[in-house]
Amino acid sequence: MAIGTIAARGSSRLRAGLEAAIEFLIRICGISAIVFVFGIFFFVFREGSELLFRGLNLKEFLFSPEWYPTSQSNVRYGVLALIAGTASVTALAMAIAVPFGLGAAVYISEFCGPRLKESLKVVIELLAAIPSVVWGFVGLTVMNPLIMRIFSVPIGLNVLNGGIIVALMSVPIILSIAEDALKAVPDSYREAALALGVTRWQLVYRVLLPAAKSGLLAAALLGVGRAVGETMAVLMATGHSVTIPGSLMDSVRTLTATIAAELGEAPVRSDHYQVLFVIGILLFSITFVVNLTADLIVRGIRNK
Amino acid sequence: MRTFDSAAGRLIAAALPLLLAGLAAGCARSKAPDRAVIQNTGSDTLVNLAQAWAEEYAQVNPAVSVEVSGGGTGTGVAALINGTVDIANCSRKLEPQEVEKAKQHTGRTPREYLVGYDALAVYVHKSNPLEEITLAQLGEIYAEGGKTTRWSQLGVKPPGGSDEIIRISRQSNSGTYYYFREAVLGHGRDFKLGSRDMHGSKDVVELVSHTPGAIGYSGMGYAAPGVKALRVARKAGEKAYAPTMESALDGTYPIARPLFLYTLGEPAGAIRQYLDWIYSGHGQKVVADNGYVPLPKTGASR
Repeated sequence: MAIGTIAARGSSRLRAGLEAAIEFLIRICGISAIVFVFGIFFFVFREGSELLFRGLNLKEFLFSPEWYPTSQSNVRYGVLALIAGTASVTALAMAIAVPFGLGAAVYISEFCGPRLKESLKVVIELLAAIPSVVWGFVGLTVMNPLIMRIFSVPIGLNVLNGGIIVALMSVPIILSIAEDALKAVPDSYREAALALGVTRWQLVYRVLLPAAKSGLLAAALLGVGRAVGETMAVLMATGHSVTIPGSLMDSVRTLTATIAAELGEAPVRSDHYQVLFVIGILLFSITFVVNLTADLIVRGIRNK
Repeated sequence: MRTFDSAAGRLIAAALPLLLAGLAAGCARSKAPDRAVIQNTGSDTLVNLAQAWAEEYAQVNPAVSVEVSGGGTGTGVAALINGTVDIANCSRKLEPQEVEKAKQHTGRTPREYLVGYDALAVYVHKSNPLEEITLAQLGEIYAEGGKTTRWSQLGVKPPGGSDEIIRISRQSNSGTYYYFREAVLGHGRDFKLGSRDMHGSKDVVELVSHTPGAIGYSGMGYAAPGVKALRVARKAGEKAYAPTMESALDGTYPIARPLFLYTLGEPAGAIRQYLDWIYSGHGQKVVADNGYVPLPKTGASR
């Protein structure tokens, strides 16, 4: 190889050696992601699989709303209410965050001036850097009394509270990815459209959004992943109550919050401990399906 | 280039265990020879008291440091079973199968120490006109199948305009949750789903103090300005008692419970001395100072 031919000079041999070492390191970095993902999946699956195969009643697990992991008389592991909790908070959060995030991305990339753009981006990055527990604290101490007063409900820890908090947390992610997607649309598209005499709104609506469709969809789905996985903030803001919500004012409990609240106290290898890992497998499957659909849709759009 | 692939594979295989071992070593306590450390974890009800003990004891015996953490009785029991703690704080007795598990896992039998009592207070918002409640009424509010969901069913004018009773409970592994289930709902009964399950004794009181329509249960030491502890009667028609040290100790208050510390096997050295100090007059005074009920006679009942 090339290394052999220039090996005569010492310094270049050193340089080649260095280069090989760096290349090797980078290679490890690349492979490590795969190792970690499989490692995590393997671990979660191993902890939960024993119960899963020993006879966890899957029908009860998925379709019963009764979650009694520590009952003395009748232990029931039904996560339907928890799934409904996660789904309701995620749905509300996305209903708020997707239009908000995409709108903000269009504004930042197409409408605002360069100076405002820079300061807006800094502020949004700041928003993304706020820790989850601080968001939960805001839900508990600011949103809770506010919702109680505005809607005159007895308690403000509910789907609405959690949904708004998670929406605020997902906006920065959706926004930054959507903005990248819009930026990636070639300027020649814009120039061609403007030359045809379109207004700015027509440009956005008829040219940019269709052109950036796959990137925008990816942004929204990453937001969904963020919302499904969010733990600490929803634990604090949703009221942590095993209920299938009938309205935005009902308290709920999510899958992630249940794992966070109960795992530390479940004796290792007990049924309760294992069922929490089965919930982990369920969460893993949900995010996997979301990512897979995103991937397939994006691919489908690209192939058209 | 192919050689790289196999080399990379081998290196990862070699590096991963090393990395993990390094992490594990980093986590393990580097033991200073002149300073004994006692790991103390468990009940959230007991965590304030345990912290107070640890701080007092640091002055009595500076050579020993007691590291206290909460998380709930379940956390303490889990740590005891896994053998990762010196003293586990529990606001309930260990279940027989938990003792069995600890024996199997660590080869040592958990040893129990009764260190004081706690009265479980039933809190409502301070604006709530309700003053007393019976165990049966509490059962109807909290138990699975219970019929009471509105304040008007208890005959009080709903505080703050809302009639719905906001039930506040604890996470399902807390000792307080276990004890309330046993003492109030009755053996074998479960909680009604849909209560707001808080993760600590203080969180319950805090949420009640901000929620006019709420009811919750927590240790009497956690009483705060925004809440009111109800008087509790065993049966309708009987006298209701407020949670106090006297009523907890003479048994007139119906929901008072013993508090325990557990060690694995017979303790020795620093742990032994620490437990002896907890039973001393000094240690028991800390119990009273923190709103719990000390043992009737210091040094007794061991």
